[in-house]
Amino acid sequence: MVGDTGLSNDPTEQLGLAGQPNEDGQLHTEGPKEDKGLTRQIAVTRETESGGDIWAKDKVFEVKDVTVSYGNKAAVKDVTMDIFQNEVTALIGPSGCGKSTLIRCLNRMNDLVSSASVDGEILYHGQDLYGPKVDPVQVRKMIGMVFQKPNPFPKSIFDNIAFGPRVLGMDDIDDRVEKALRGAALWDEVKDRLDDNAYGMSGGQQQRLCIARTMAVEPEVILMDEPCSALDPISTGKIEDLMAELKEEFSIVIVTHNMQQAARVSDKTAFLIVELDATEDNRWGQLVEYDETGKIFTNPRDQRTEDYVTGKVG
Amino acid sequence: MEARDTIGAFGARGADRPLPSLEAPSPRYGEKLIKALLGAAAFLSVITTTAIVVSLLIPTFDFFTKDDIGLGEFLFGTNWAPTFEPSSFGVLPILVGTLSTSLWGMLFAVPIGLASAIWLSEYASPRQRKLVKPVLEVLAGIPTVAIGIFGLVFLSPVIAEVLPFMVNVPPFSAGVAGLAIGLMIVPIIASISDDAMRSVPSGLREAAYGLGATKMKVATRVIFPAAISGIIASLVLAGSRAVGETMVVLLVAGASPNLTFDPGSSVLTMTAFIGQTATGDISTGSITYDTIFAVGSLLFIITLALNLFAIRMVRKYREVYE
Repeated sequence: MVGDTGLSNDPTEQLGLAGQPNEDGQLHTEGPKEDKGLTRQIAVTRETESGGDIWAKDKVFEVKDVTVSYGNKAAVKDVTMDIFQNEVTALIGPSGCGKSTLIRCLNRMNDLVSSASVDGEILYHGQDLYGPKVDPVQVRKMIGMVFQKPNPFPKSIFDNIAFGPRVLGMDDIDDRVEKALRGAALWDEVKDRLDDNAYGMSGGQQQRLCIARTMAVEPEVILMDEPCSALDPISTGKIEDLMAELKEEFSIVIVTHNMQQAARVSDKTAFLIVELDATEDNRWGQLVEYDETGKIFTNPRDQRTEDYVTGKVG
Repeated sequence: MEARDTIGAFGARGADRPLPSLEAPSPRYGEKLIKALLGAAAFLSVITTTAIVVSLLIPTFDFFTKDDIGLGEFLFGTNWAPTFEPSSFGVLPILVGTLSTSLWGMLFAVPIGLASAIWLSEYASPRQRKLVKPVLEVLAGIPTVAIGIFGLVFLSPVIAEVLPFMVNVPPFSAGVAGLAIGLMIVPIIASISDDAMRSVPSGLREAAYGLGATKMKVATRVIFPAAISGIIASLVLAGSRAVGETMVVLLVAGASPNLTFDPGSSVLTMTAFIGQTATGDISTGSITYDTIFAVGSLLFIITLALNLFAIRMVRKYREVYE
């Protein structure tokens, strides 16, 4: 596989070892055995050029050999990665690579799909997220989620934000609502119409409302599943600016189709790919490379990552 | 390449050739016929409704004018004896009879129907749902006369044994009739409310779960309010069925026009009165004949009012999503 340190800058070496595009532009992919070696290798601690140890921060999640299946069909296989505190971690990759499936495992949202099952281990601050005594409701209080399509409740702006604190029995609802709306940079736009229905807001405002709603229950982690895919570039810009501020307080995991977005907002990026078996009957997602965002976009170790981020495929 | 008389080849057309026609090649009578048939089908129900209302109103008008029964006497009189001598036309006893059986029916069916709906849409596994929902819908399809017989020969004796105050004059009882009606309308409430709750976008469900809400909170604070218009519709439909139900009350409620809400008492409802009186040997234009239509009109006004009220409620409480 790639050199032991993972720091090889020799492009020929990368080309020689990683998957190659075949004639019709599709990726020829490696066997699972090699991939496993690759994912294990990225998890090892390495030095940055500046000399600081970027992999020694506090870990929020440790994802270990995780395979998620719907029924008996694997959606994503053998993912191993660590997610760090107060960082933005991006998951990128083509459609069907399992990035949404993966992010939904981090707050047990997949429990709502009765056919979904998770193998492997996901540790949240060292505790097994899928342990027998773990209550998914408790998990979701600490690990909030923002969805692809803005999904405000058909209630007033105020009641949308207040929903979480109310069902969790928190007090000082008014203060929490204001704090959350300020945190999501929405307060000045909506403070005079808190009693209006949230559906009267623009799509971008609705999505920031959903972010504020998540913040109001004071989670530790915010998962964002393609939060900007339904929004125009101006609204997207506002949410990206917001993420830069939010990571001071929260750890953020974001799934995105938009590579520029991943490059702009994230500290670390994981690239997933769709694998096919020999008969092409089964397809599943696989983690190809996980590294600092700058490295993924300028100097990836894997040819498939390079092809994807430079727009040759996907 | 040869130019053809089509729009696509217009540019290649020779100058001597005629313009391609933009008119329809045939008059399309089939299309017009279909349109007329579909329209006629839709208007049939409008015409039927109008005809029913008119045919109700004419004898009702006779009842108050030709037969000279005062409106006040009819609406507020407390003695219902239209076929006796001396006759009396106070509708209150049978109005209350209808309200009583409907009330007991709804008291039983609303909580059970809504609980079933919440369970079906939010708690049941797909397998459980696949088993229970068809059974529920079969229950809705059981002929009311069968439910009436069941009430009379099974429910009434059992309840008389267990809760004697529910059946004063065995086997007739307004409460037992209400219970039988309730059994009949539970599936309406459960099935329609379940559909309404399941059609709430899953995004709302996910949003609430994502905030750490429990299943109960998601169901009661997000799904239920979002589905309220469908739920109210199911309640109104059930209420209308309860008010309009004839066979069950004819069999189980007895036929005594008692002005009481006591569930143990025997009552005569408006529908049961019509059902037992409207037989073939009743002569057109007689007072009894007109009475049936006067009661029918009142029944119609009650259900109409119920529906109008429901539409207002739906408008008021509906949570519009998207």
